[in-house]
Amino acid sequence: MTRSGRFAVLLAAALAVAFVFLALPMVAIFVDTSPGALLDSLGSGESLDALRLSLECSALALAVIVIVGTPAAYLLATRSFRGRAFVVTVLELPLVLPPAVAGIALLAALGPKGILGSALADTGVELVLTTAGVVVALTFVASPFYLRQAQAAFAAVDPTLLAAARTLGAGEARAFGRVAIPLARGGLAAGAALAWGRALGEFGATLMFAGSLRGVTQTAPLAIYDRFATDFPAALALSAVLLAVSAAVLLAVRLAAGTEALGRART
Amino acid sequence: MLALEARHALRGFALDVALDVAPGRCLALAGPSGAGKTTVLRIAAGLLRPGAGRVSCGGEVWLDTARGRDLPPERRRVGVVFQDYALFPHLSARDNVVFGVAGQPRAERRRRAQDALERLGVGGLAGARPADLSGGERQRVALARALAREPRALLLDEPLAALDARNRSRAGHELERVLSAAGVPVLLVTHDFGEAAALADEVAVLDRGRVIQRGVPDHIAAAPASAFVADLVGATVLTGTARAGANGLTTVALDGGGEAVSTDIAEGRVAVSLYPWEVVLEPPGTPPAGSARNRLEARVASMTRLGNRVRVGLTGGQPLTAELTAASADDLGLAPGDQVVATWKGTATRVVPLD
Repeated sequence: MTRSGRFAVLLAAALAVAFVFLALPMVAIFVDTSPGALLDSLGSGESLDALRLSLECSALALAVIVIVGTPAAYLLATRSFRGRAFVVTVLELPLVLPPAVAGIALLAALGPKGILGSALADTGVELVLTTAGVVVALTFVASPFYLRQAQAAFAAVDPTLLAAARTLGAGEARAFGRVAIPLARGGLAAGAALAWGRALGEFGATLMFAGSLRGVTQTAPLAIYDRFATDFPAALALSAVLLAVSAAVLLAVRLAAGTEALGRART
Repeated sequence: MLALEARHALRGFALDVALDVAPGRCLALAGPSGAGKTTVLRIAAGLLRPGAGRVSCGGEVWLDTARGRDLPPERRRVGVVFQDYALFPHLSARDNVVFGVAGQPRAERRRRAQDALERLGVGGLAGARPADLSGGERQRVALARALAREPRALLLDEPLAALDARNRSRAGHELERVLSAAGVPVLLVTHDFGEAAALADEVAVLDRGRVIQRGVPDHIAAAPASAFVADLVGATVLTGTARAGANGLTTVALDGGGEAVSTDIAEGRVAVSLYPWEVVLEPPGTPPAGSARNRLEARVASMTRLGNRVRVGLTGGQPLTAELTAASADDLGLAPGDQVVATWKGTATRVVPLD
């Protein structure tokens, strides 16, 4: 066998190992779940509640992330200012923060004894052990994924196009809305999908900050952990559903990235 | 009248210019890349605020740093055609133009955009995306977009640079017609003196942030103010030392050997400028017969055929370029490596300051 032939076999072997290792557990979830169990678990109100809570909270978190994150990312991508690198680093820190640490950090900041705790209590906002707390936890862990992608997407927009918009009578806001956002939309969609996927799977920070109260703060991942000891088939069925939803999200990312690549090729 | 005065620190040098352009006139700012040309356009458009300066147009003050006035680009009523046209890739040609037409109901804006495209002969392409247009078509759409908002001044950055050589001269004629019809002051920047001469009524040569010569293109070409300008307008520039010679002529001892004679009066370190088409090539050993007073021995280094002409690169003491008809080059049987004598007249020899 030639040297390059051996190398090709080595590459293929590495890919095969990675593929089997990553795919096997995911396939196993569906193999171990009988369709009947799946339907049964979905028929149970508790599982459905958990799933609905997950979808609602992650959608709400995503809305907050996109509404605040889009202009923030635009500013980071189009302006240079003192301390910009520091700001970017802090914004990306939650990416590498262990979820348990994120939960503790949220408690320390927004919990009853946290630095903003009494201020929040005065305004009547309760986050710990509430659904709102889940949204806060999801927003905290998921927003860096969107910010990163959105910043890269805006940075890739040709600044001359924004300058052209200005000379055509558009103020900064109109140049942002009519030129920057449409041109960055592929990257923005990919970032939103990633952030949503991360929020959907969030476990540690939610558990520590908002707890695991059925129907109130128990999202699907928390419900899976809750069933795990007592009702393994139910945990498995819920996992299968969550996996399917996550796969759909990933597919959306691929499609968004795909159309963006297509758009680039055409220009 | 568009009037601009600006001082602004750039990398390595300071921009310091004062320009004015009357309505219906076109001023070309010519210079090498990095001379600060585009910076001047950005200052005029309001995309860059200079350290100090004043920009006014038609009685309206757009910028006056002394009084703290600085209108943003969207309030300057200026039409800009960017170097690569900067058409919005996600909008059709028509919507690109509609983008700049403000104020009216949507249907009226669309009608005006369509009119602007028709006037530039690209009305049929209104529905096409920029990616599907050729370079020349994009240029017309960009012009239509800049003109549709009825600007008080028009700014163009290297308007022909993005076109291939085949389309450039036709697009140039077309552009000249459009610019003179616009009836507003036009300021364009280009690194190509030929382009400046073709499009503009007047040329200002910019070097390292300063205008070093301004005038009608023919005058600048005939009497470049310095070696830098001579080089920009396409002349061959030779360096040497001048002294008063016989018969009231100036003799320049060229660096690297040889002499040149000129009717210009000069002394000391100078540059000699002559145009490639004024150089005549003769086989070596030909006795001086004509009236040309300059003779330099040189070797043919390169030959580039441009249609019916040939550009011949010569190496003597200093590199020299001659331009001949292809027929003459064939008659001489000229080939790279040949030894020749380059001759030219003293009256065709400009002696200019070495910057």
